[in-house]
Amino acid sequence: MREIRVDEVRKVVKKLCMEANYYLPQDVLNAFEEGKKKEASPVGKNVFDILKENAKIAATEEIPYCQDTGFAVIFLEIGQDVRFVGGNLEEAINRGVAEGYTEGYLRKSIVSDPLFDRRNTGNNTPAVIHYRIVPGDKVKITMAAKGGGSENMSRLAMLKPADGIEGVKKFVIRTVSDAGPNPCPPITVGVGIGGTFEKVAYLAKKALLRPIGHRNPDPRYAKLEEELLEEINKLGIGPSGFGGKVTALDVKVEWYPCHIASLPVAVNIQCHASRHKEIEL
Amino acid sequence: MSAIRITTPILDDSVVESLKAGDFVLISGVIYTARDAAHKRIVEALEKGEELPFDLKGQIIYYAGPAPAKPGRPIGSVGPTTSYRMDPYAPRLLEAGLKGMIGKGSRNQEVIEAIKEYKGVYFGAVGGAAAYLARCVKSAEVIAYEDLGPEAVRRLVVEDFPAFVVNDIYGNDLYKIGRCQYMEIEDPALFKC
Ligand code: SF4
Repeated sequence: MREIRVDEVRKVVKKLCMEANYYLPQDVLNAFEEGKKKEASPVGKNVFDILKENAKIAATEEIPYCQDTGFAVIFLEIGQDVRFVGGNLEEAINRGVAEGYTEGYLRKSIVSDPLFDRRNTGNNTPAVIHYRIVPGDKVKITMAAKGGGSENMSRLAMLKPADGIEGVKKFVIRTVSDAGPNPCPPITVGVGIGGTFEKVAYLAKKALLRPIGHRNPDPRYAKLEEELLEEINKLGIGPSGFGGKVTALDVKVEWYPCHIASLPVAVNIQCHASRHKEIEL
Repeated sequence: MSAIRITTPILDDSVVESLKAGDFVLISGVIYTARDAAHKRIVEALEKGEELPFDLKGQIIYYAGPAPAKPGRPIGSVGPTTSYRMDPYAPRLLEAGLKGMIGKGSRNQEVIEAIKEYKGVYFGAVGGAAAYLARCVKSAEVIAYEDLGPEAVRRLVVEDFPAFVVNDIYGNDLYKIGRCQYMEIEDPALFKC
C-alpha cells in the first residue's frame, strides 16, 4: 500500500484552483487562434482578439480569466493500492478549495442551500467531488472551475431508443440554439449518451475534460462529434453571440452502455473560459 | 471599429435616442453593479417606498459580481453576468428611471418592450473577458448590501468601457441581427429571423 497524506491533497487542490483560474489550457488558446482564422464576422474576429488579450492579462497578472471562478468540480482517480492517511480526505479537499479561493483572490460563488437561505458560504466550498477507483498506486486530481452561466444552459433528456442518432443530434442542436449568446460562446459542448439518468450527466461533464481536437476513440462517435460541430457552427450565434461562424470550438461525446428501454442524452455547455487542470500524485 | 463615446452619470434621452443596435460604445464615468440578489432588494425597496442604494434616474447598471481585488488594485476581474436572470426586475427599474443596463445574453419580450416604452438601452459586453474589462475600472466602492459579498452594489468609475448596443428604443436586437446574418440552417422551429 502506498500512503498519501491528505495534507498533500489539500496543497495540490489549492494550487489547482488558483492555476486553473489564471491560466487557460494551451489547447483552448490554440483554438482561439484557429477560431479567429475561421470566423467570417469582423466583430467575431475582434471578440477572439479580446479573449486572447484577456487570457494574456490573466496569466501575466495572475488574476482570474473570468470573474465567475466557478464551482470547484474535483475529479479524483484513486489507485486501489493507495491509502490516505493523516485525516479526512473530503475535508482536506474542501480546505484546499477554501484556501485556493481565498488566497488566490477568486470569487466565492456558492450559497449554503439552494432554496431557503441562499447564504454565501464565504469560501466557495463545498466542492463537487467525483471519486473513481482505478488500478495502480497513483492519484490523479483534476480541477474544473465551472461557471454558472454556461452550466445554466445545459440540459438532459431521456429519449426513446427509436429517436436514434437523429433524435440525439436534434436535442444537442436545440440545446445550443436555445442557449444562444447566454453561455459565453465560443463554447465547447460536452455530450453524454447512454447509461442512466445520473450517469449521462456525469459523462457530459467528463467529456469536457478531453482536450480540444482530440476525438472519441470510437470512429462512429468521432464522426458524430464532427457532424455535430459542423451543424452547431451553422447556427450563426458566433463569438459572444454577436453573430458569426464559430459558435463552438469543439464537441466531445462520451458514451456508456444503456438499458434496452432507454436513450439518455445530456448536454453540458462549457463557455470559452474552459478552465481545468490536473496533477498526478 | 469606430466607437461612440458615452459619458455618465446621467444618460439623457437624446443620447439614448441616438443609439442603434450594433453600435460600438465606450462608456466613461459612473456605473453601478447589481445582480440577482441586489435586484430583488432594490425592487422590494421601490415597492415599499424605502430609500434606494442610489438614485436610479439616468443611471447605468452593470450586471456583474467582481472577483476580489488583489492588494493595490481597485477591483478584481469583472465581466458581465447573464442578463435574463434580471428580466423579472428590469422593467420596474426602467419605469423608475434607470436608463442603461450592461450584461450579456438575450432579454425577454417584457424587457424589450420596457426599453422602448421608458427609453432605455441594453448594452452587451464580451462575456468572460473579465480581466480585460477590469482594466477599464478606475475605482470601485461598495455602497450597499455589503452582506451579499460579490453581489453587493458597487459604484464604479470606468474609463472607455467597451460594449455593443444590443436592444435599442426602436425594438432592434443585435443578437438576432447578428445571428440571422450568419445562420446557415433555415429552421424556424429552431430560430425565427
Ligand atoms: S459563462 Fe463562463 S465565461 Fe461567461 S461569465 Fe460565466 S464563467 Fe465566465
